[in-house]
Amino acid sequence: MTNTILSNSIRFVVLLLLQVLLLNHINFLGFINPYLYVLFLILYPFNSSQSLFMILAFLLGLSIDAFEDSGGIHAAACVFIAYIRPVILRFSFGISYDYQTVKLSNTPYGARIGYIVLVVFTHHFLLFMLEMFSFSHILLILKKTFFSTIFTILLVLISLTLFKPKRR
Amino acid sequence: MQQIFNFLIRNKNNILFLLLLGLSIFLTIQSHSFHKSKFISSANFVTGGIYKKVNNIKAYFYLEDYNERLLQENNILRNKISNIPDTLFNDTFVDSTVYEGIYEFRTARVINNNYSKIDNYITLDKGRKQNILPEYGVVTSQGIVGIIDNASANYSRVISILNSNSKINAQLKKTNHFGSLVWNGKDPNIVQLVDVPRLAPVKKGDTIITGGRSLIFPRGIPIGSIVNFKLDENGSYFNIDIQLFNDMTNIGHVYVIVNKDKKEIKSLEEDTND
Repeated sequence: MTNTILSNSIRFVVLLLLQVLLLNHINFLGFINPYLYVLFLILYPFNSSQSLFMILAFLLGLSIDAFEDSGGIHAAACVFIAYIRPVILRFSFGISYDYQTVKLSNTPYGARIGYIVLVVFTHHFLLFMLEMFSFSHILLILKKTFFSTIFTILLVLISLTLFKPKRR
Repeated sequence: MQQIFNFLIRNKNNILFLLLLGLSIFLTIQSHSFHKSKFISSANFVTGGIYKKVNNIKAYFYLEDYNERLLQENNILRNKISNIPDTLFNDTFVDSTVYEGIYEFRTARVINNNYSKIDNYITLDKGRKQNILPEYGVVTSQGIVGIIDNASANYSRVISILNSNSKINAQLKKTNHFGSLVWNGKDPNIVQLVDVPRLAPVKKGDTIITGGRSLIFPRGIPIGSIVNFKLDENGSYFNIDIQLFNDMTNIGHVYVIVNKDKKEIKSLEEDTND
């Protein structure tokens, strides 16, 4: 139990610093930035209390907002993901999620990708919609969402492969 | 009473969700209105401190570039000085200790800079302790950068001209026709000058400078040159695209402009309004 708390706290801090100090300044092709900190929301233990998860997601988003001067857009997107994550999990992993036995590292590959894509896309779409704050920029929102989603998913998959838990 | 508690406990996730979502939406809306978002900002001591630490390392990589710019600026200033006739031998004597200009410049370093979003902010490494306060203008040797909107003890945050909330008075260098400088969020090197009357003689390549109609910037600070222009839908005003002289994606050191007469002018204006 303490191991889970420790590893999640470290992940929280490391992802936050990585995001604000490095990834926010990539600006690939002028506007494409990955938001790798979503990895925290993806990896957070599936069977823990949802209230705590929402509060942590809110704090993570709010810290990113403070660094980025973006009001509360990251916080809103994170809280929303934390709220609907059980739905996404049930949708991607089906019945095995209901028995709370699922672990991300030993799920079928297709379902895992589907879960990551759903989380990242929902998060980014909400994020950019709140950033623009108007429907008149819908094309720009979709363009940014699309490219950043691809970038983020690539990074998420790479980091999942790099930090794979050891098989016994 | 029991039922209320049961209801709350049953729906605690939904209630918590609505509460947190409401809070973040509230913060988002607040950040879209000028001069409101004081609480969550990159100028507080934690975020500012971390940015400053990292910038101390990063600054080394740009030293050559900064030196080059300083040399260029020195060159321009030296050319100006050498062309001023020697005042010592003139009859008219100006006591420079009594008659100072109304603008004072202070230097600061950029520790964080955004330019890929719709609303961009810049963080500086100086704040109230160094007498840098909100509503002071920020420029570099090449052009304008923005206006300070939030200052903590040691850090301050600048609304960049690449921000949808920014609106700065600017004019043509040749004539006195003026308009407002805004940004459409597309290219960080191109800003827009709107509401320029159609009588103005607008030509490609003309220089745009600050207008001096606000208390923030003195008149005549260069902004950029015209790359494109067209009339708006009503056909009565020009919308002009301006290529900035300043590279907003690469700002190292800036000057903060202090208008020493601002208090006096403000109080005068308030008195006449009452």
